[in-house]
Amino acid sequence: MKLSALIPLGIFAVLAVFLYKGLELKPREVPSPFIGKPVPEFTLPKLMVDGKTISPNDLKGKVWMLNVFASWCVSCRAEHDVLTRFIKAEKVPVLGLNYKDQPKDAKEWLAALGNPYQHIAVDLEGSVGIDLGVYGVPETFVIDKQGIIRHKQTGPVFDETVRNDLLPLILKLREEKS
Amino acid sequence: MIPEIGHFALVLALVVAIVQSIFPMVGAATNNLQWIAMAKPTARAQFVLLAVSFACLTAAFLESDFSVLYVANNSNTFMPTVYKVSAVWGAHEGSLLLWVLILSVWAWLVSVFSKGISSVMLARVLSVMGMIGVGFLLFMLLTSNPFDRQFPIPLQGKTLNPLLQDPGLAIHPPMLYMGYVGFSVAFAFAIAAMLGGKLDAAWARWARPWTNLAWVFLTIGIALGSWWAYYELGWGGWWFWDPVENASLLPWLVGTALIHSLAVSEKRAAFKSWTILLAILAFSLSLLGTFLVRSGVLTSVHAFASDPERGRFILIFLGLVVGSSLILYAIRAPKMRSTGKFTVISREMGLLINNVALIAMTATVLLGTLYPLFIDALGMGKISVGPPYFNTIALPLGLVLFSAMGFGLFLRWKKDSKERVFAKVRWVLLFALLIGFLVPILFMEHFDWKAAIGVALASWVSLTALLWVQEQGRSPFKLPLSIWGAAIAHIGMAVTVAGISLTSAYSTEKDVRLERGQEYQMSGYSFLFNGVKEVKGPNYIAQQGEVVVTRDGVEITTLHPEKRNYGPGTMPMTEAGIDGGILRDLFIALGEPLGKDAWSVRLYHKPVVSWIWIGAGLMGLGGLLAAFDKRYRRVRRHLAEKKVVDQAALEADATGALAKHEVAANQTGIAKDNEAPA
Repeated sequence: MKLSALIPLGIFAVLAVFLYKGLELKPREVPSPFIGKPVPEFTLPKLMVDGKTISPNDLKGKVWMLNVFASWCVSCRAEHDVLTRFIKAEKVPVLGLNYKDQPKDAKEWLAALGNPYQHIAVDLEGSVGIDLGVYGVPETFVIDKQGIIRHKQTGPVFDETVRNDLLPLILKLREEKS
Repeated sequence: MIPEIGHFALVLALVVAIVQSIFPMVGAATNNLQWIAMAKPTARAQFVLLAVSFACLTAAFLESDFSVLYVANNSNTFMPTVYKVSAVWGAHEGSLLLWVLILSVWAWLVSVFSKGISSVMLARVLSVMGMIGVGFLLFMLLTSNPFDRQFPIPLQGKTLNPLLQDPGLAIHPPMLYMGYVGFSVAFAFAIAAMLGGKLDAAWARWARPWTNLAWVFLTIGIALGSWWAYYELGWGGWWFWDPVENASLLPWLVGTALIHSLAVSEKRAAFKSWTILLAILAFSLSLLGTFLVRSGVLTSVHAFASDPERGRFILIFLGLVVGSSLILYAIRAPKMRSTGKFTVISREMGLLINNVALIAMTATVLLGTLYPLFIDALGMGKISVGPPYFNTIALPLGLVLFSAMGFGLFLRWKKDSKERVFAKVRWVLLFALLIGFLVPILFMEHFDWKAAIGVALASWVSLTALLWVQEQGRSPFKLPLSIWGAAIAHIGMAVTVAGISLTSAYSTEKDVRLERGQEYQMSGYSFLFNGVKEVKGPNYIAQQGEVVVTRDGVEITTLHPEKRNYGPGTMPMTEAGIDGGILRDLFIALGEPLGKDAWSVRLYHKPVVSWIWIGAGLMGLGGLLAAFDKRYRRVRRHLAEKKVVDQAALEADATGALAKHEVAANQTGIAKDNEAPA
C-alpha cells in the first residue's frame, strides 16, 4: 500500500474529529452577520418619557452602544453592575432596547438596580430585535460614528469583556473621523 | 390509519434495503447468480415502498391530520394546498423522507437503464445504494420518525416556516436533493469498480450520464435557492457565503471537476485514481452538507432543525461511509495505473488545470466554512468568515479556470502544439478583450476593472464555445448532443459570470425614508411612494406598499413590496417588489414604519442580475443534453450484445474472460469516440 493513498483518509479523520467536537459547541454564539452593516432603522417609544420616540439617528456622530435587555432576563441582572460601572467610567452613550418586556416591569427593575442608559427604547413586539438578529437577551452592539455596527457581544458583559473587547474598540472608534 | 401504513412501509423499506445491501454484494463476491439477481427487484421494491410512505405523509398533510406530530408542527388548515404539499419536506423529518425517496428513485432508474452494465457490476452498485438507504432509514426511524402520533390531538396546527411558503422554495429542496443524492450513483459506481478490481474505462463511461444528470439537478437547485434568497430575504443579495449555501456549492464544484475528469478516465485511461477519489468526494460532500444542515454545528439562516443528537448519528454514518470508502481507496489506488500518457500542451492538461482550480476552490470554500468550527473547537474563540475571504481566493482561481476554459475546447488529446491552438483562437481572444473594455465604457456610468475582466472572460468563454461548435464542420443539427451540451454549459457559465461581474460592480442600493406621496430619484428612475395599506392573504396579514416607477415621465411599472406576518411565533417576512428584466432589475423592499405615513424603504437598481440565473439555466440545459447523448445509449446496445457472452463467461467463473470482454468493448468504444468531445 502506498502511503500517498492514505492522505485522503487522514484528512477525513482530522475533519471528523473536529466535526465531532463541533457538536458540543454552541455555534449560536458566533458573531452576527450584521457586523459591518448599518444599524437598522427604527423609531420606538421611549420608556421613561411618555409620548417621545427614539431612533438610532438621534445618536449619529457618536460612538455608542445598543444593549438589549429585559426585566425577565436573569443574565441581564448579572451584567447590569459591570455595564453600569463601564458606562459611568467611560461616558459611553447607551441605548437600552427593552426587549419583549412590560414597561411597568422594566421601570420597576431599573428603579431597583439603577438606570445606566441614556435612552431606553420599548420594543414590545421584539420586531427591532429581529432586525438586529437578536438570538437571546442580553446582547450588546457597539456602533461607530457612521452608524455601522462594529461589534456584537452575545450574552452578558463581564469585566473581562469590557477590558478585552469593548473598551479598546470604543477608544479606537472614537479616533475615527465621523 | 394512513400514517400507520406510511410508517409500516418505511419499516418494510428498511428491511428490503438491508436485503438489497447484503445479498447482491455477497453474491457478487461468491458468484452466486441468484443472489446477484436480487439487486434489481429489491431496488425497485424499495422505491415502491418509499413512494407509498411518502404518499401517506402527503395525505396526512392534505387532510390536516394533526394527530401526526410532524403535520401539526408544520401546517395548519389555512395554508394553501400547494404549501401543504411542500410542507411535507419543509422540516427535518419529512426532508429526510424525501432524501431516501429520491435515493430510491435513482436506484430504480439505475436498475431500469442498466442494459449494458454487467449484472455483477449492477449488483454491487445497487448494493452500495442500498447501504446508504439503510443508514438514512435507520436514522429516520430511530431519531426522526415523521409518522409519530401525539395525544391529545390539537385542533389547529402551527405553521410551515413562512420563509418556505414560496413557490421557488417549494421545489428548491427536491431539486437540490436530486443533485446531492444523484452523486450517490457515481459514488456507487466508483465503489463497485474498486470492489471488482477492474478500473478500466467502463465504469467511467457508465457513470458519466448519471453524473451529468445529478449535476444538472444540483445546478438548478442551487440557482433556485439563490434566486429565492434574492427576492425573499429582502437584502437584494443573491449569494451570502452562508455555511449551508457553501454546503451545496461544495458538491457542485467537485461534481463539475468529476464530470471533466470522467471524460479523461473514459477516453484516455488517465486520471484513474483521481476520478475515483472525486466520485467519493462529491458524494461525501453531499453527506457533509446534510450533516451541516441537520446538526446545527454551524450557524446559518438555514439551520431550521438542529439537534446535536441527530448530528451525532449523521456524523457516525458519515464516518462509516466516507471512512470505509477511503480505506478501500487506499487499498486499491496503488493498483490503478494510468496508462494514458500526455504532454504539457494537451486536452488532458487543460482538464487537469480545470480540476486543480475547482478542487482548490472546493478546499477554499470548505476551509472557510469550517474554519469558525475549527477555531471554536480549539478553544481559540468564535469567529465568522465573511465574503471578503471567499471572494479574495475564489476570484483569482476563477480567473485561471475561465482563461483555461476557452483554450481547453480546442486542445487535442495527448499532444498538441501551442501555435496551432493559438492560431485558432487569437482573434476571439482579441475580440473578447475588446468587448470586456467597451461594455463598461459604452453602457455603464463609470469604468470598473473587475467588471471589465469579468465581461472579457465571459465573452472569451462563450465566443470560444461558439467557434468550437462551428469548427466541428458539420451542420449544427447533426452534431452529437454532447457537443451542444458542452458548448451550452460553457456559454451558461459565461452568462452567469457576466451577470455576477456587472451586477456586483454597478448595482445601486439606497436605504431611504419615504413619506406618502414623496418621490425619490435613483439611477435615472423616479420612485413615487404611495403609502402602505394592510392586505389579507390566505394565512397572513401584510403591510403592502405601493411604489410607482417612472422614467423620464413615462410610467414603467407599479410595484407592491410587502411585509407579511404569518401569525404569532413567526418572523415577519419581506416580499420584495421586483420589476425584472433582461438588462436590469428594480428591487424594492419595505423596511420599518417610521411613524405617521413614513417608512424606511430599500431601493436597488441591479443591472443584468437575472443573467446569473439565466446562465445557471443554460448550464443545466447543457448538462441535460450531454447526458442524453446517443453515444451512451449506443455503447449500451453495443455492450448488451456482449452481455449474453458475459453471462456465459460468468457462469464458467472466468472473471478474467469477462474483464477481457469489457476491455475489448471499451477499446472499440475509444476508437470510435476519439473525435467526440470531453
